[in-house]
Amino acid sequence: MPLLSIEDLAISFETDEGIVDVIDEVSIELEEGETLGLVGESGCGKSVTALAVMGLLPRPAGRITGGAIRFDGHDLTQLTSEEFSRVRGGQVAMIFQEPMTALNPVHRVGKQLGESYRLHHPDASKAEIRQEALRLMDHVGIPAAERRLDEYPHQLSGGMRQRVMIAMALSSRPRILIADEPTTALDVTIQAQILELLRDLQSEYGMSIIFITHDLGVIAELASRVVVMYAGRVAEEAPVEALFKSPLHPYTKGLLASIPRLESESKSVLPTIPGVVPSIDELPVGCRFSNRCEFAQDQCSQAKPALETASEGRTVACLRWRELDQDVVVSA
Amino acid sequence: MNDSPLLRVERLTKHFPVRGGLFLRTVGQVHAVDDVSFEVRRGETLGLVGESGCGKSTVGKALLRLHEPTSGSVYFEGEDVTQMDRKRLRALRRDIQIIFQDPFESLNSRHTVGKILGEPFVIHKVGTPEERQQRVARLLERVGLDPLAANRFPHEFSGGQRQRIGIARAIALEPKLIVCDEAVSALDVSVQSQVINLLLDLQREMNLALIFIAHDLAVVKHISDQVAVMYLGEIVETEDAQQIYKAPKHPYTQALLSAIPMPDPTASRDRVILSGDVPSPITPPTGCRFHTRCSHATSVCINRKPVRERVDVDASIACHHWERIESEPRAQTPS
Repeated sequence: MPLLSIEDLAISFETDEGIVDVIDEVSIELEEGETLGLVGESGCGKSVTALAVMGLLPRPAGRITGGAIRFDGHDLTQLTSEEFSRVRGGQVAMIFQEPMTALNPVHRVGKQLGESYRLHHPDASKAEIRQEALRLMDHVGIPAAERRLDEYPHQLSGGMRQRVMIAMALSSRPRILIADEPTTALDVTIQAQILELLRDLQSEYGMSIIFITHDLGVIAELASRVVVMYAGRVAEEAPVEALFKSPLHPYTKGLLASIPRLESESKSVLPTIPGVVPSIDELPVGCRFSNRCEFAQDQCSQAKPALETASEGRTVACLRWRELDQDVVVSA
Repeated sequence: MNDSPLLRVERLTKHFPVRGGLFLRTVGQVHAVDDVSFEVRRGETLGLVGESGCGKSTVGKALLRLHEPTSGSVYFEGEDVTQMDRKRLRALRRDIQIIFQDPFESLNSRHTVGKILGEPFVIHKVGTPEERQQRVARLLERVGLDPLAANRFPHEFSGGQRQRIGIARAIALEPKLIVCDEAVSALDVSVQSQVINLLLDLQREMNLALIFIAHDLAVVKHISDQVAVMYLGEIVETEDAQQIYKAPKHPYTQALLSAIPMPDPTASRDRVILSGDVPSPITPPTGCRFHTRCSHATSVCINRKPVRERVDVDASIACHHWERIESEPRAQTPS
C-alpha cells in the first residue's frame, strides 16, 4: 500500500473570470522511502497539488471539488483544520523556494528551531531547547552553529536559510517531505550542496520526498519516479530512466528536446514547443496540450484523454500515444 | 571585413561605496567588478557566467554607463565610451542596447505596444509617423508576433511574448551590440528555447554581437562563441564555448560545471562540491579570491593574486596552478 495516495483530485479556484478547474483528476501515489519528482512548467498545478496535500490551499478561493488524498488510513480532504494541523508539521512537512516565507524575520534562528521541540516537550528547560536547536543546525551542516543560533534570518545567506528551513521541517521526523522548488533561487554550487544534504537526510531518516521543480536536470538527479504535469492534469508518469530515455507524451518529448544541453552543438537551432502555456481561464477543450501539439488531430480537441497504463509503472494521457510510440520505433 | 573587435573592455572596475554610521560616511567598498578585460567581435556572442554577486550584471550596466565605471576603459568601435559626453552617449544607445530579465518592468504598462516600439524612432527622429507605424508592424512580425499586437498593452501578453516585445524594441534601431542580462532566465523551458532561437536568428541576420549574461551555463554555452567565467568581480577564465565545457581549466569553472544537474539520469555524478558560500565582496579574500573554497589552493594563492594569462588564441586563465591541475587526472570524466 502506498504511503500517500492522491486519487482523482479535483481543485477549483474562484477567479474574476468565474470558477476554473485548476486541478483535474490528478492521481499520484507515493511509496515509503522513495523520491517522487513532480515536474512541469508554470501553471501546471504542481504546487497547488502539494498545497492541497498540506491542507494549505488558499481559502476561500481554492476548493477541493472531488477525489481523495489518503495518508495513513485517513482521507486528508475530510479532516477539520484542527486535525490537519496535527498531520502538517508532524507527519508531513514542506519546504519552499523562498525560506523567508517559512522563517519569522523578527525571531532569532535558534528560537524558531527550538519551537517544535518546545511544543512537543512543554516541560523542557531553555537549555534543553537550545541544545536541540544546536543539534538540528549541526545536522544540516551549518558551520559555527553556536553563533548562528543568536542571529536573525536576514543575517544568513540563501543557502544557510534553506538549511535552517530544512532543519525545521525535519525536526518532527516527518514521513513525507514536500520540497517545492527548494533550490530554484540558489546558485548551482549551493544547489549541489542542498541536493546532497537532502539525499543524505533521506537515507538517514528513510522519509519519502515529493520534489517539485521545473528543472529536469534536478529531477534526473534526485527522483526515482517522475510525474509530468501540464495545465492541471497528469500528462505522464514513469520511472526516471524510462522517462528520459523514451518519453511517451508529446509534451514530455517536446520539453526534453527543448532544453539546451552542455553536450549539444553551440548555436544550433533548438527544437521548440510552439505557442505558450495556456492560462487557466483559456484552457483548450479535450486534451489541454492539443493546441500546441504537433501530433494533434480532430479527436484531440474533442475528447479528454484518460490516463492509461502503458507498461509496468508507466501511465500516459494521450489519445495517440500508441501509434506515436510505434512511429518512434519504426524511424529509429 | 573589419578585423578589430567591436568592443574592447580594458581593466573595467566598478566599486560601490558602503555607507554607515551616524553621518553615512563611506565605510567600505563593494568590489563589484575588478580589473575586468575582454573583447567582443562583430556578430559574435560573449557569454558572461558566474553566480549571484560575481559582478556579471554590473559589467553589462557599466558598459553602457548605466553604472558609471570607477576606472577602466570601454572602447566601442575604437572610441572610449567612458570619455563620451551626454550627446555622444545618447547616439551610442542606437548601437548598444540592453535587455533585462523581466521585460514587464522595462515596458511602460500604460502605453500600447505600438507606442512603446515607436518610441525609439521618435527619440532618434527616424521616419514620418506613417513610416514609423510600418516599421513597428515589421518589428512585431520579425519577433514572431501579430502586427495587431501594436494596439494592445504589455499586461495582455505572456512572459515569453513580453520578452519578444523587449527584443523588438532593442532591435528597432538596428544596433550592433545587445547586452542580454538574464534575458531568458525567467521563462519556462518550452518558451525559453523559442526566445533563444529568435536571438540566434537575429544575430545571423543583422550581424549582431551579443553579450549574454546568465547563471544557466547550459543556456550560455548554447548561445555563445566565447565564454568568460566570473567569480567575485573578476574574470577567472575565458575560452571558446565548445572548449570550456569539454575541458574547463580553472578549478572554479570545473566546480561550476560539475554542479549543473544534467537532464540524464544515467550520467555519472562525480562532482566537485564546493564548501561554504561566496565570500563578501566588501572584503574579498587576498591573493586569488577563490582560494577560500579551492581544493588546490596553496600559500601562494593566499598571498599573490594570479594574473590572467593567455594560454591559447581565445583562452585565458587566472590560476597559479592550472598547469599542475591539468596534468592531474580529474575525478570527473566528461561523458
